[in-house]
Amino acid sequence: MHEHDVLVVGAGGAGLRAAIAAHEEGADVAMVTKLHPVRSHTGAAEGGINAALHPEDSWELHAYDTIKGSDYLGDAPAVETFAQDARDEVIQLEHWGMPFSREEDGTVSQRPFGGLSHPRTTYAGAETGHHLLHTMYEQVVKRGIQVYEEWQVLNLAVTDHDDVEERECHGVVAYDIASGQVEGFHANDGVILATGGPGQVFDHTTNAVANSGDGYAMAYRAGVPLEDMEFVQFHPTTLPSTGVLISEGVRGEGGILYNDDEERLMFEYGYANNDGELASRDVVSRAELTEVNEGRGIEDEYVHLDMRHLGEERILDRLENILHLAEDFEGVDGLEEPMPVKPGQHYQMGGVECDENGLTCIDGLYAAGETACVSLHGANRLGGNALPELLVYGARAGRHAAGADMKEPEIQTGPGAKIEDGSIDAGVEIGALGGTDETVAADGAAVDAETVVDAAVQREQERVDRLLEADGINHALVRDDIQETMTENVNVFRREDNLIEALEDIRAARERYQHVAASDPSRTYNTDVLHTMETRNIIDIAEAITVGALAREEFRGAHWREQHQYRDDENWLKHTLLAWNGGNPQLYYKDVILEGEDKVYEPKERSY
Amino acid sequence: MSTLEQEAETEAETDAEAETDGPSPQDRRMAEKEARAQARERERQTLEEVRDADEAVTLKVFRYDPEVEGKEEPRFDDFAVPFHKGMTVLDALIYARDHYDSSLTFRHSCRQAVCGSDALFVNGQQRLGCKTQIADLEDPVRIEPLPHQDVVKDLVVDMEHFYEQMHAVEPYFDPDDLPTGEYEEQRQSPENREHIKMSTRCIWCGACMSSCNIAAGDNEYLGPAAINKAYRFAMDEREGEARKEDRMRIVEQEHGVWRCQTQFSCTEVCPKDIPLTEHIQELKREAVKSNLKFW
Repeated sequence: MHEHDVLVVGAGGAGLRAAIAAHEEGADVAMVTKLHPVRSHTGAAEGGINAALHPEDSWELHAYDTIKGSDYLGDAPAVETFAQDARDEVIQLEHWGMPFSREEDGTVSQRPFGGLSHPRTTYAGAETGHHLLHTMYEQVVKRGIQVYEEWQVLNLAVTDHDDVEERECHGVVAYDIASGQVEGFHANDGVILATGGPGQVFDHTTNAVANSGDGYAMAYRAGVPLEDMEFVQFHPTTLPSTGVLISEGVRGEGGILYNDDEERLMFEYGYANNDGELASRDVVSRAELTEVNEGRGIEDEYVHLDMRHLGEERILDRLENILHLAEDFEGVDGLEEPMPVKPGQHYQMGGVECDENGLTCIDGLYAAGETACVSLHGANRLGGNALPELLVYGARAGRHAAGADMKEPEIQTGPGAKIEDGSIDAGVEIGALGGTDETVAADGAAVDAETVVDAAVQREQERVDRLLEADGINHALVRDDIQETMTENVNVFRREDNLIEALEDIRAARERYQHVAASDPSRTYNTDVLHTMETRNIIDIAEAITVGALAREEFRGAHWREQHQYRDDENWLKHTLLAWNGGNPQLYYKDVILEGEDKVYEPKERSY
Repeated sequence: MSTLEQEAETEAETDAEAETDGPSPQDRRMAEKEARAQARERERQTLEEVRDADEAVTLKVFRYDPEVEGKEEPRFDDFAVPFHKGMTVLDALIYARDHYDSSLTFRHSCRQAVCGSDALFVNGQQRLGCKTQIADLEDPVRIEPLPHQDVVKDLVVDMEHFYEQMHAVEPYFDPDDLPTGEYEEQRQSPENREHIKMSTRCIWCGACMSSCNIAAGDNEYLGPAAINKAYRFAMDEREGEARKEDRMRIVEQEHGVWRCQTQFSCTEVCPKDIPLTEHIQELKREAVKSNLKFW
């Protein structure tokens, strides 16, 4: 059994930042990751990192923009902590050598982004995430932090106390992809889940193939509630054939959206009379799809994003990467013609419920980055707020897990934070088949840490053996079904009957999953086994998203419901939580905190 | 081998693991039967897709697995994949894996040429699978693992040596001192940023190293990617002098920059268009300059 003080699962931006922070606190930290760190999807982030660095800007304005962008579902303590710490984190990154784009005087450039009241998005060309990822990996190498690369974490080693808040996380079970070995990892002080987003729940996504949401599903089955999962960001500018992202930076620099009649749709049809193309992402995505639905889309599918008027010099200086993406993945020359774009799944606002220090309701279990829901983004994330999130909250989780003395959190987690129960009326069963899932936590209330890890290892070994030895169907069939129904029914526009249909399809997929097996019998680099494991996670996450979407009968941020066309603060100014509850999921709600340090953020109408 | 027809019969007999406390055995058998029927239906659909597609592309894919009968000796398998406009080599591989043979193994993640996972040897050249259009290739498309690296299985190579070389050049920023003002960054001129820009685009895919004859013959040669990483810091005006000197000693040692014979093969295959050979040449000049300094 491997043993470390702090284990970080996933080695993208949040994981790397957490590992560095824990290391600086003196912890023996190791990263366990199914991809080599530089392969992580943080590297695909393009636009930038928001931080209020200009003297005339302020963290208070950044916090206000973020809460407004969240449609008043972000928690003020999470947002204010974020806006304050983001400045230090960006400067820290620069001090680590990040090749930011620069002004003539050598200072870091900042550009306008959607929903921001000040140009505060720092960037490195249109490949900011790539540089952030490599800069932090360099610092991990410098510190000699151990990385178990191409080790897939299969499950958490958590005690099985009935009361979730008494459970403890003692480590993880991981599968060495190269050799097929299943081994235990004991964490003395904490496990930090930083496994990124769940884009593979949908088939048109900007996310990587590896983004199967493993962290969400493992935490969920171990007893940590998933929060606000119905809030899925659909990015307005993705390439139609692949879902490859075209950065918001294009619109930030002045790019314009046109419909088939060559009208500037954002103004022509009044979607955002002030901010136009730079309205919040949810607003622009709905605008584009409305155009398509009303017959003004191009080839009934997409709209055009035109940047030609910016001129070759400016495009090459600030958006060169976009030219390569449009050329390589859509065969379009962005200097000569407009680029086709349509909305695609991009980011999960909801996630593993945790507090400002990344701690969940299970002792020793943390979440950071996209996997986590503090909640910072509420119902809609602003562009440029994801990268600073993974810096700020990655660092905080790392420090806290390593035992640093930190401010008492204001955000409450776990069942104790419940204000009321929820329910959905879909006529479809959800959760584990038969209502129980015996694979949640350790057997027999084992509380000795190593026994808990050993028991978890044994259970995962049995799962792997069964997948290798049994005959069955290919998991890809099940994954396709989920992606298809989610894209069809739980997209930008949501209708009750469609959501119920999705739940039925997910249930059928879960039943079919009972019969999957890997047809590759090899222990060597068996990706068949890995992808089959991931598909199980995808099923749980798809269900959580759909349950939340069906429950929330209002229109807030990225969540649009046909029969409920307004934001209902009286009934719905609250977070949705879904607890696995041993396989019999329970829906409940908790309060949103809009009281900040010095002021209260009163919900206002959100217009751009 | 015919990959289109082999799967239909494999599940004729089932004795899947008993699910305790689940549905009755009869229900389970019915459900399994239904699942198999659906799988067969999908296979039929796949065959129809291949027939209906305007054209199909043939992939000839290298296969090897040290522990699976019939795969211990490397072989090539053919897959007929329905072609669509915009299809990449990676798309075609994913189709073959998900429809014909789920044991077909290759690394991939982002699908957009930034994670560097899927450098492959396609029709005799190092390329990223996700960035290579099938339409630009001659049929059949021959797909092999990167040459000059140990093959783990199918298209997966052992990257360990590549990572070791990347780590050998002290690939991290280490300034002599930092500004102390609140939220104060180091200054870097736009010109200097432009100077290092191309070198910072490296995605560690390993295509350059695989294409390099020198690296093939000298296992200790740092290789183009690692030298480019050293260049990225050597040319950054923010980098500390002490670390710059350290790093220069590493790149000018016996298996460093002087090994390069400027054949430009690395530059030709780099999917991010990094002028690797030029960077190596520039570091040679720097090495000469810094040696003169000590005379």
